[in-house]
Amino acid sequence: MIKFEQVSKTYPGGQRALSKVNFHIAPGEMAFLTGHSGAGKSTLLKLISIMERPTVGRVMINGHDLNVIKRRQIAYIRRDIGMIFQSHQLLMGKTVFDNVALPLIIEGYTHKETSRRVHAALDMVGLRDKARDIPIMLSGGEQQRVGIARAVVNKPPLLLADEPTGNLDPKLSMEIVRLFEDFNQAGVSVLIATHDLGLIARMKYRTLTLKDGRMITDGLSDDLQENAR
Amino acid sequence: MSLLFKGRPQGASDTRVGLWQMLSMLVISHIRQALGSLGELWRQPAASLMTIGVLGLSITLPSTLYILVKNTEKISAGWEQASEISLFLKQQTNAGSAQQLITRVKTWPEVDKVTFIPADDALKEFQQLSGLGDAMAYLKANPLPDVVLVTPGEKHVSPQAARALLDKLTSQREVDVGKLDVEWLERLYAVLNIARELVTLIGGLLFISVVLIIGNTIRLNILSKRDEILVMKLVGATDAFIHRPFLYTGFWYGLLGGLIAWFAVIIILWWMDSSIQAFASLYQKQFNITGLTGTALLTMLGVSILLGLVGSLISVQRHVREIEPR
Repeated sequence: MIKFEQVSKTYPGGQRALSKVNFHIAPGEMAFLTGHSGAGKSTLLKLISIMERPTVGRVMINGHDLNVIKRRQIAYIRRDIGMIFQSHQLLMGKTVFDNVALPLIIEGYTHKETSRRVHAALDMVGLRDKARDIPIMLSGGEQQRVGIARAVVNKPPLLLADEPTGNLDPKLSMEIVRLFEDFNQAGVSVLIATHDLGLIARMKYRTLTLKDGRMITDGLSDDLQENAR
Repeated sequence: MSLLFKGRPQGASDTRVGLWQMLSMLVISHIRQALGSLGELWRQPAASLMTIGVLGLSITLPSTLYILVKNTEKISAGWEQASEISLFLKQQTNAGSAQQLITRVKTWPEVDKVTFIPADDALKEFQQLSGLGDAMAYLKANPLPDVVLVTPGEKHVSPQAARALLDKLTSQREVDVGKLDVEWLERLYAVLNIARELVTLIGGLLFISVVLIIGNTIRLNILSKRDEILVMKLVGATDAFIHRPFLYTGFWYGLLGGLIAWFAVIIILWWMDSSIQAFASLYQKQFNITGLTGTALLTMLGVSILLGLVGSLISVQRHVREIEPR
């Protein structure tokens, strides 16, 4: 599903964001990615979502070697990755329905199937009655859930979430993570980047920890707590 | 959850859309994006009208010049058909030699018609038309020579061809002098050539400016939709999918600009028609100006649409590529 082999990333100007990172997320697995600001979490997610390319090493996503793919393949590979952002990345001029429907329209689903799937996705995140609203009318938590609905609406095998609970209170954060658990139980691989150690501690999932661009721990969140002590 | 992930193999991406569905949805997507682009223009009427107006007027000018040149060619074609070469035969040429010359010249492919005017007939005509009939009676002999009028064939009416034919005719032993008044025709042709080149030059410059104007308008359009393009790229939109609405915008600009140019040309010709009629009447001529033919209209619309598409294509190729999620 996701495989990093000796991956390093150095930005133009010499800033080293990742150094010899190795890990593997299997199909149907759920994991957290944590670390302080500047540890390299965002760079790692950017490599997976093909916003950046590795300087050294190999990144494999859903069987594609990102080092050798052509530019025109990127769009098709991204369709298999549901991405959730802290800043939601919603189209504020369009309705919730249109935002969630976007991946389906791009993929060429029929209007009937699009409508069916969008309503199912909105139902899942508890926003069925908000389909005709525009995102600016919604709270931060609701906007995040619109982003989640959009990420899962075309049933991607992999979900990436970058600080999905960053702007939410603990109760809402827990609700969002429970949603990810539901997706994972349906067979979706989930990788959640967060610096909320409390949230990670409450869940019993594999946790990857980055520090200064290096992977320093890779284990269950209980082990992480032990290491922290 | 069950509805959304029903039938999905764990962790694997199955084929989600069939080929037939993909093709039919591609057509629907094209229609949707084409109408969406038209809707965008409708929602910004002032800005859209300005761009369409600039495009329309830019195409109007070369189109009108083209029509004027074509009409001038039509008029001059009428004059060319009337052009004749007059051959004044040598005084010692007898009727038999004149007849031989006529028979010979008639066989030439460059010649359409040959008319013989004997010196006596020419004198009589001169007496009648000149009003010098009485004075002519005092002449001891007819001073006029026999004349042969040669009308060039359809393919040899241009000044160069007619002049070549004149040279060939005057080299005949029976001919003393040959006359062809082609200087004015040559001047007309020169003016027409300049006009044709001007049409090409002005058209070319205006077309380039239209491409730049549309390219810049689409560039601004792309920049105003930067966030939307970023999100679309993140959720898996191909470049073609992102380009399409902008290309359709260029298409609509071209089509609507072409229609404006068509109306403008009709109005200009209607406006000029009375002046042209008045001018033609001075020469006791009835002249109906010819407007855009069906082919010319389709060509004009085609060129206009092409310019719109080229302008938008240049812009999307360059600027959409620059917008990448980071």
